[in-house]
Amino acid sequence: MSLLLVASTKLRSRRGLLASFVSCVGLSCLSLGSLAAGCSGEAGSTTPGASAATGAASPRDVELLHVSYDPTRELFEAVNERFVARERAENVNVTIRMSHGGSGRQARAILDGLEADVASLALAWDIDALAREGQLVPADWATRSPNRSSPWYSTIVFVVRRGNPKGIHDWGDLLRGDTQVITPNPRTSGGARWTYLALWGWALRQEGGSEATAETALRELYRRVPVLDSGARGASTTFTRNQIGDVLLTWENEAHLLLAENPDAGLEIITPTVSILAEPPITVVDANADRHQVRDVADAYVRFMYDDEAQEIAARHHFRPRSEAVAARHRGELPELTLFTVEDVAQGWAAAQERHFADGALFDRISEGRSEAPR
Amino acid sequence: MADARHDGLRERPRGAGWAVAITSLCLLALLVLAPLVVVLVEAFAEGAGTFLDAITDEDTVSALGLTLLVVAIVVPFHTVFGVAAAWLLTRQDFRGKALLGTLIDLPFTVSPVVSGLLFVLLFGARGWLGPWLRDHDVRVVYAVPGVVIATLFVTLPFVVRELVPTMEAIGRDEEEAAASLGASGWQILWRVTLPRVRWALFYGCVLCGARAAGEFGAVSVVSGHVRGETSTLPLHVEILWGEYHTAAAFAVASMLAASGLVTLVLRGLLERRVRASKARSSSAAHASAALALETSISSVPSKGALS
Repeated sequence: MSLLLVASTKLRSRRGLLASFVSCVGLSCLSLGSLAAGCSGEAGSTTPGASAATGAASPRDVELLHVSYDPTRELFEAVNERFVARERAENVNVTIRMSHGGSGRQARAILDGLEADVASLALAWDIDALAREGQLVPADWATRSPNRSSPWYSTIVFVVRRGNPKGIHDWGDLLRGDTQVITPNPRTSGGARWTYLALWGWALRQEGGSEATAETALRELYRRVPVLDSGARGASTTFTRNQIGDVLLTWENEAHLLLAENPDAGLEIITPTVSILAEPPITVVDANADRHQVRDVADAYVRFMYDDEAQEIAARHHFRPRSEAVAARHRGELPELTLFTVEDVAQGWAAAQERHFADGALFDRISEGRSEAPR
Repeated sequence: MADARHDGLRERPRGAGWAVAITSLCLLALLVLAPLVVVLVEAFAEGAGTFLDAITDEDTVSALGLTLLVVAIVVPFHTVFGVAAAWLLTRQDFRGKALLGTLIDLPFTVSPVVSGLLFVLLFGARGWLGPWLRDHDVRVVYAVPGVVIATLFVTLPFVVRELVPTMEAIGRDEEEAAASLGASGWQILWRVTLPRVRWALFYGCVLCGARAAGEFGAVSVVSGHVRGETSTLPLHVEILWGEYHTAAAFAVASMLAASGLVTLVLRGLLERRVRASKARSSSAAHASAALALETSISSVPSKGALS
């Protein structure tokens, strides 16, 4: 095309131009055609009936789209590999596509048409949204698998700089002196909601603790946050690479991964005496899995998360496994601490949403105060 | 623009001029050159092996393929659309012409993220067309078509905005001369107009292609970030970065930087051509149009040649 364009004589350059235009238009038709072919191919691969019907000998091809939240990338990469191997033994070729992002944003994307067959989000409230706003899962989705559909759990811990110069050991220490705290925005980040409720719960459980003192504690905390990132990974980057803040509040698994990935950054993990029981749930998205006719494989995938093989992988990725056997093997790797639940401190997610995270609720009022506070 | 070729207007920098020149060069080095160097250094920070692994990784290749597909659709589309729209804007008078010009500039003024959201609101499952698309088993957002449409939108003005000034500078004289000689509309387009604007057109295409390959905001909203399926190169860089694969992220970023450099070189070469063709047009247009008229057997007078 460019060769044609640099043709020297006027006549030839005219023809060259013509040819280049024709080739451009041709190219666009071609690419549109291949796009259409790509789409139909995609549709073909998600309808497993064809290959399944041809007989037991030829393997069935299944593609699952698993939409997850941010700090699970490494975990599910490892889990998927095992699940794919296991299904191959049963003559099913599974391809698992992953999409990661902030939990709330991912829930929105699924509601807006990201056709997830399986969703694992940071908190039950975001999956409740799939039931409430899109009827994509039944309202009782959480009861379909053990432990409120959370195959493992985690909690919120602190990451501090080497030697813990600010002497941070528990939640109360965050609110002292000129400590700067890094935590993402609870409006967009699931981990940040757990963090928010962890501090709330800690404050309620203090001697003389009440909703008023807990509110003061929250105000005091968010006054110290210089950057409200939109997700856990963004906050990790702010803390580690940009060297902002004295303490990072994040998922326990994310904290361990952060240390492993940045061995030279001089970071230490501090586990507080109490924290919140953070349960990231996983579920089949019924509407999509049924439509794609992959329900059986999607169900098997979710069940596999409770298998000791997956539990072992989760434990290695610093989640706390539910399986007694696996938990026993990894005892001592993660410190013991008292964990309270969302039900204990906020009467569940629906109440927490209304009281804390809805428009004009407590977090909004706190962040208004935050922007007005003198820096 | 055309005045710049009069050497009398150009002066060698003196005093304050030097200060301004040095300051802007330093700023340029800091804002453009330094990041480029950082990208390359970081890309090879873990050795050439990591670099090669990163750019030959299955997901990277898939992201590259999607990016090239998007460019291969967007650029030809805007070539045709750009010529048509520029012709309308410079050669036709009609009601709503100003509106057309404004609409074409819209993507420049709307934040790409917002335009991405508009497509989600339009084509999303809960959007206006969502239920209909769902019933007909068509996926737009969170699939490749959504990525293409969002990119088409944000790259809309590039070719048109490059063509319009050139076509205005050339004027209608030659086209009217050709028409008076009995040339048809298509003949005029192929033989008179396009040869004169080809460098501007090509330049517009280069800019459009560069933006299509590098677009992040709008694509990020409509892509759904499905690895190996709806991730373009810029989105893949973000994914790798988020997974702490820093060297890999920079390796993929260096691919984008390289394509950016090619664009810059092309741009430098083309800009000269465009300027030359504009300059030629102002002086040569009248002469050639008059010449064309002289040899014309048609008696229809051309307004441009008479004035």
